[in-house]
Amino acid sequence: MMRGVVRYLRRNPSLALGTVLLAALALFVVIGGMLVDIEDARPLSAPTLRAPSWEYPFGTDRQGRDLLAVMIAGTPLTLRIGFIAGFLGVGIGTVLAFIAAYYRGLLDTVIRGIADIGLTVPGLLVLIIIAVSLKGTLTVNQMAIVVASLAWLYPTRTIRAQVLSLRERGYVEVARLSGMSGPAIIFFELMPNLLPYLAATLVNAVSAAILASIGLEVLGLGPIDAPTLGMTLYWVNFNAAMINGWWWWWLAPTVIILMVFLGLFFLTVGLDEIANPRLRSAA
Amino acid sequence: MQAAYIARRFGVFLLIVWLAASLNFFLPRLSGQDPVRTKLLQQAALGGYVQGGIDEMTKEYERRFGLDKPLWRQYLSYLDGVAHLDFNYSIANYPRRVSELIADALPWTLALLGTTTLLSFAIGSFLGALLAWPGAPRWMRWLMPPLWALHAIPFFLLGLILTYLLAFQIPLLPIFGGYSAGAFPALSWRFATDVLQHALLPALSIILVATGGWALGMRGMMVTTMGEDYVTFAEAKGLKAPTVFLRYCLRNAILPQVTALALALGQILSGAVLVEVIFGYPGIGTLLFQAIRENDHFVIQGVVFTVIVALGFTTFVLDVIYPWLDPRISYRRA
Repeated sequence: MMRGVVRYLRRNPSLALGTVLLAALALFVVIGGMLVDIEDARPLSAPTLRAPSWEYPFGTDRQGRDLLAVMIAGTPLTLRIGFIAGFLGVGIGTVLAFIAAYYRGLLDTVIRGIADIGLTVPGLLVLIIIAVSLKGTLTVNQMAIVVASLAWLYPTRTIRAQVLSLRERGYVEVARLSGMSGPAIIFFELMPNLLPYLAATLVNAVSAAILASIGLEVLGLGPIDAPTLGMTLYWVNFNAAMINGWWWWWLAPTVIILMVFLGLFFLTVGLDEIANPRLRSAA
Repeated sequence: MQAAYIARRFGVFLLIVWLAASLNFFLPRLSGQDPVRTKLLQQAALGGYVQGGIDEMTKEYERRFGLDKPLWRQYLSYLDGVAHLDFNYSIANYPRRVSELIADALPWTLALLGTTTLLSFAIGSFLGALLAWPGAPRWMRWLMPPLWALHAIPFFLLGLILTYLLAFQIPLLPIFGGYSAGAFPALSWRFATDVLQHALLPALSIILVATGGWALGMRGMMVTTMGEDYVTFAEAKGLKAPTVFLRYCLRNAILPQVTALALALGQILSGAVLVEVIFGYPGIGTLLFQAIRENDHFVIQGVVFTVIVALGFTTFVLDVIYPWLDPRISYRRA
């Protein structure tokens, strides 16, 4: 079993690279959580503006946060926003896509129309209007829901296209002729065949949601008292850390965000190859 | 047929305009209270950066929106104001109007975004086409991994890294702003080079990332196109390789890229907003950022509306040009 996995990963280096990057982050968070007191991610728990040293390996910021603790506490928070919004987006998107593509008709026209129009609009700006309209500052979970409000558009569109091509296949026809009901066909015939594709879409949606959440946070619309990666960048920008030469302040969040995006990206590429083996000849 | 196609596309554009306006109107009201009015009063109570004129503003606000009138009347008068590009006063910069602030910022964003999008689209598409072409130089294969990696990075993050490398460590380029402090905006050679220098880093961070995306998409399309029979036929006919490459492969493979461009504009813009914030570039993004900091609701709404409409219009134009680029489409229903 293990040997089979290794052999497959050698053939699919993108999947391997993505998994390694994300696993490294997970290890960092888990081991770091055991060794470092996450309470130090709060302001005033360390001396201010220390460059990296043995005591504070990632340095400290202007409000006296230990940046190592901030990263250990913030990485899972940012990922949580991404996963909640990504799951909601793909979940809603899948349901809408199946309804639209399997039943066609007026519903299909409406759902496709909304998704098509929604995708041409700059998502971040709509999210800004939503975030600004809500009372008070957001919590991490509210943030995820705000981001999810647009996260279903892209999955709906792409999954719908996949279902449209699948439903014409012979085995679906056979199931239909043998009297299987619509929902049964969707669950037992279409869904299993779409699973690898759904997985790739999910990873993509998570990545897009994290990007959107970091965007909102850098603009100052994030959870002000949570130490997420995006909020750290907001403080970096707020305090002009770049011009002042406090390089360690932005280096840690930048590297971790890079790892998150690259990891998710290579994971999507790898999953795409599983979902769509024809790509192999092209690569 | 043509007129019907264009009319239908224009209808979609109008729909977007209406949706954007309605979103701006209804979303703030969904939270039960009117945050605009609350914020106005808050600002008045705090004093702070509101320089006075708050009374006139509140009156103007109540008169304009007719807060005593029923909701549908308010909605109609709001739409009327929007139709005249009237977004009321800026709260933080009273007595400047929102439309003035946007008019000041928009050229900066248009210039930055227009240039970078066109450049990255052109370079990326050509690069991607070459990457799929068997006759391309071997060293080009080494370009793939960095292009892939760059493509996955958000614009502004690359911006941060570039700033550190090219403006802080090696002070080649200015770190912040749209032009040097103290430079007087004028149509002079010195001012132009100053502006260009300031625009270089933000532009570079957008171009590097976006080029990767276009190259990847184009490479995929090229691989498909090169498998077509007419390409084999063209080669068999003995046509020169550059002719086959440019007129048979590239010409056909670039069409889906144009469709992708229409879809990607929204994402590019979202990313560019953050780039502007990181670099303090005086465009729409920075205006929006300041407005969010100062709770300047009218400016936020005005910017969001303007940008959505501008993008909707660009998409409309691309839709209209597309059949002209690809005669196979010929303005028929898809």
